[in-house]
Order: sequence, then structure tokens, then C-alpha cells
Amino acid sequence: MAVSTLRVSVWRGTESGHLQTFEVPRLESQTVLDVVTHIQRSLDPTLSYRFACRVGMCGSCAMTVNGRARWTCRTHVSEVMRGEALEVRPLSNLPVIKDLVTDMTPFFDKWAQARGSFQGATTRRDDFARVSPETPERRLADAGIECIGCGVCYSSCDVVAWNADYLGPAALNRAWTLVNDVRDTDRRSRLAAVAGDAGCHACHTHMSCTERCPKKLSPTASIAGLKRAAMMAALKGELGDE
Amino acid sequence: MKSDFRARNHPAYWAFIVHRASGVLLSLFLPVHFMALGQALQGAARLDALLRWTEQPLVKIGETVLVMLLAAHLAGGLRLLALEFLAWRDWQKSLLAAAAGVTLAAVMLFLLQVA
Amino acid sequence: MSEGKLSVSSQVLLWTLQRASAAVLAVCVVVHLITMIYAVRNGLSAAEILGRTRGNFVWFAFYAVFVLAVSVHAPIGLRSVLVETFTWRGRGLDWTVFAIGIVLAFLGFRALWAVFL
Repeated sequence: MAVSTLRVSVWRGTESGHLQTFEVPRLESQTVLDVVTHIQRSLDPTLSYRFACRVGMCGSCAMTVNGRARWTCRTHVSEVMRGEALEVRPLSNLPVIKDLVTDMTPFFDKWAQARGSFQGATTRRDDFARVSPETPERRLADAGIECIGCGVCYSSCDVVAWNADYLGPAALNRAWTLVNDVRDTDRRSRLAAVAGDAGCHACHTHMSCTERCPKKLSPTASIAGLKRAAMMAALKGELGDE
Repeated sequence: MKSDFRARNHPAYWAFIVHRASGVLLSLFLPVHFMALGQALQGAARLDALLRWTEQPLVKIGETVLVMLLAAHLAGGLRLLALEFLAWRDWQKSLLAAAAGVTLAAVMLFLLQVA
Repeated sequence: MSEGKLSVSSQVLLWTLQRASAAVLAVCVVVHLITMIYAVRNGLSAAEILGRTRGNFVWFAFYAVFVLAVSVHAPIGLRSVLVETFTWRGRGLDWTVFAIGIVLAFLGFRALWAVFL
């Protein structure tokens, strides 16, 4: 390997703060999360960051690495190196609590606003619903269902940065999977919740969410689906005047 | 914290920049265009005077830029309509290339005719 | 919805009008570009332009649709730009954008009248 030591600039502080440089031994197959962990365990125990599963399932370790939001546990240093420098900052578009930790509250509140929870009509005494994997609705839901809620898309989206009310790619993607869930009974109010200037119709198809999603989902495609579904609902007068 | 250009450096974002810039510039040009044609209300001679003014090289360059803006906004807009209204997965990057191609072709044709 | 904001269904209607007008404009702009590229081949003259448009009801109808579509399309696009660039929202913005549409339509039909008469 060409470099044996990494120069890593890490964000310290809250919204106002500075980059602090650390020297970290370069190892083979090293992930960005490994680097941050080394700093916290061996160089500066006051560094705050967030992680849990380390295998790309939990969605808690997303940070801005060399300017782009990424899941750090599955990002190899070799993928993102520019020369010898590595720069790690907290996610954009979210309040910074300390160092690399952001407050995810607005992100998850917007999932709730987008009615991101399933509403069914059956009880535990009813039989299982049978949904064929071949139906178009199921395929559409499948395409967006693997979201791990890491916030990379939300942090990469300019419409989020421009419009504080915008629900963002993850919440809208979630709503789209539920709109395509044939068991769900809340379609109408969900479409009303995600329509308009603070919802899907504010999306400009920048595709930054799709470009950056670590799970290779396309929130842009989900949002486009919502745009059409909500448009049809509006034309039928189903959105109501809230 | 806000992200910088590194977060935005990808083709679909450039397409957005082109679409927005061309849209704003065309909106600003539109009233000028309508006012110029409106000169015909005061007779063909008045319109001819204006058209002679547009034969200056700098104005011709400006016209070519306008053709480019219009073609780019058209092609980029068709791309957006396709992305919003058609089911898509993998071919969206080809759309981008097609949009750039249409823009270039329109400008080349215009230049060939002007020259 | 808070006071002074368009209702959600009106917001969706604006989006729909923007896309519908875009589809109309796509056809109009293709015709416009072809006409333009054809028209400039020997330089522009008032006689040539007016010779094409004066008393011609087909061109009149075409440009009427063109002007109407652009008077819908441009203001709604500018509304997004104003919201996102200046975080300007509410009734003042919506009236301003509406006024831009009216002015564009007026100037457009005036120009159309000028080359048709």
C-alpha cells in the first residue's frame, strides 16, 4: 500500500466548530468507520460518533466523507481517498449535536408526517394476507423496501436544504412503499400528507438521493410515483382542502 | 451543516443547473422577444430597423446562446417528463446523453444556417 | 394549512399545469426551433416574417396556444425558483407569480396581434 499513515480531518464541535487533524495507521481493508473508531479509542476518547451493527444493516453510522454522505461501515478508505487526505464531517441538513453526531429527530419526524406507518384493517385472529410477489404493486413496494433509514439521501438532497418543510427522499420513499401495499387502508390521507410544495411535488429530480443511496434504491423513482398518484387523487378531488 | 459542491457533482445535478439557468434566462428574454415583435404594430419598417440591429455579430452570438438555451430547456424538460411519468430504472442516464445531443444538434443547425 | 398559503390541492394543480403546459410547449418549441432555423437561412426581414404570419389563421392558432402555454409554464417555474432562492412564500409570492403570467400573456398576445394584422 502506498501510504502507511492517513491524515484524517474530523469535524469537532457543534454547528460551529473546526476540523481537527489526526494521523491514523493505514491498514488493509480499512473502512472509514474503522478510522473513526481508531481515533476515538486510541487518540482522543472525547470524539463522539454513532454506530451499531458495523455491517450495513442499522443505518446509524452515516457521515459526510470527503464531501459526500456515506455509510461509513461499508465504505473502504481506498474507495474515497483523495491523495492522502480523508475528511469526515457529520451529515448535512441535520442539526449537529456534537462532532460526528447529528440530531435525527427532524428526519424521523418527517417519516411520521408522511404517514410512514402501516395501517391495516385486520386483527391477529385473521388469516395472513396473501400478496403475490408478481403483482405490479408488490414489485413497486419491493423496489423501495430495503431502506435502512441512514439519512444519506436526506443529507444529500438540496430541496431539503432549501425548504425546511420538505419531507425528504426517505420519508417519501417509505410512503410510496405503503401506497403500494394492498393491505394498507390509509392511502387517501397518506397521499394528502405527501402532496404539494412540502411533499413529493417539490422534488426537482436532482437525483442526489438516488446517486448516494448506499442500498442502491431510487427514492427519485418512488417520489415520481407519488407525484402521479397524488396528482390523480387531486384531479378526483380526493386530497381535500387541508 | 450545508453540503458543498462535492455532494452535487453528478450528471443529473448538472442537468438541473442547466434546466434552471436556461428557464430563468428564457423567462427574462420572453418579454423582450414579445416587445420586439410588437414593434410590427408601428409598421414593417419599424420591425425591419430592429432586425437590422440584430445583424451585429454580438447580437448573433446572443441569438445562438438563446437557441442553445431553448433547445437545452426543451430536451432537459422532455427528460424530466419521462422521468416523472414513465416507469424507469436503468435508462435515465441515456436520456441525459440524448438531451445533450438534441441541444448540440439544434445549435449546430442554427449556426450552419446563420453562417 | 396556515393563512396565506395555497391549499395542498391547489399546489398539486399548479404542478399538474406546469407539466401539462410543458408537454404542449415541447411540441410548440420543436416547431419554433425548426421555423427559426429555416427562417434565418437568408437573414431575417420584416417582409419575410410578416409574409408568413399576416392573415394566416394556422400560425395565429399555433402561436395563441404557444403564448398561453408559456404564460402558464414560466410563472410556475419562477415560483419554485423564488421559493428556493429567496425562501419567499405565501400570498404575496402567489399574486406576484400570477401577475407575471398575466403580463406575459398580454405581451404575447400583443405581439401575436402585431404580426397577424
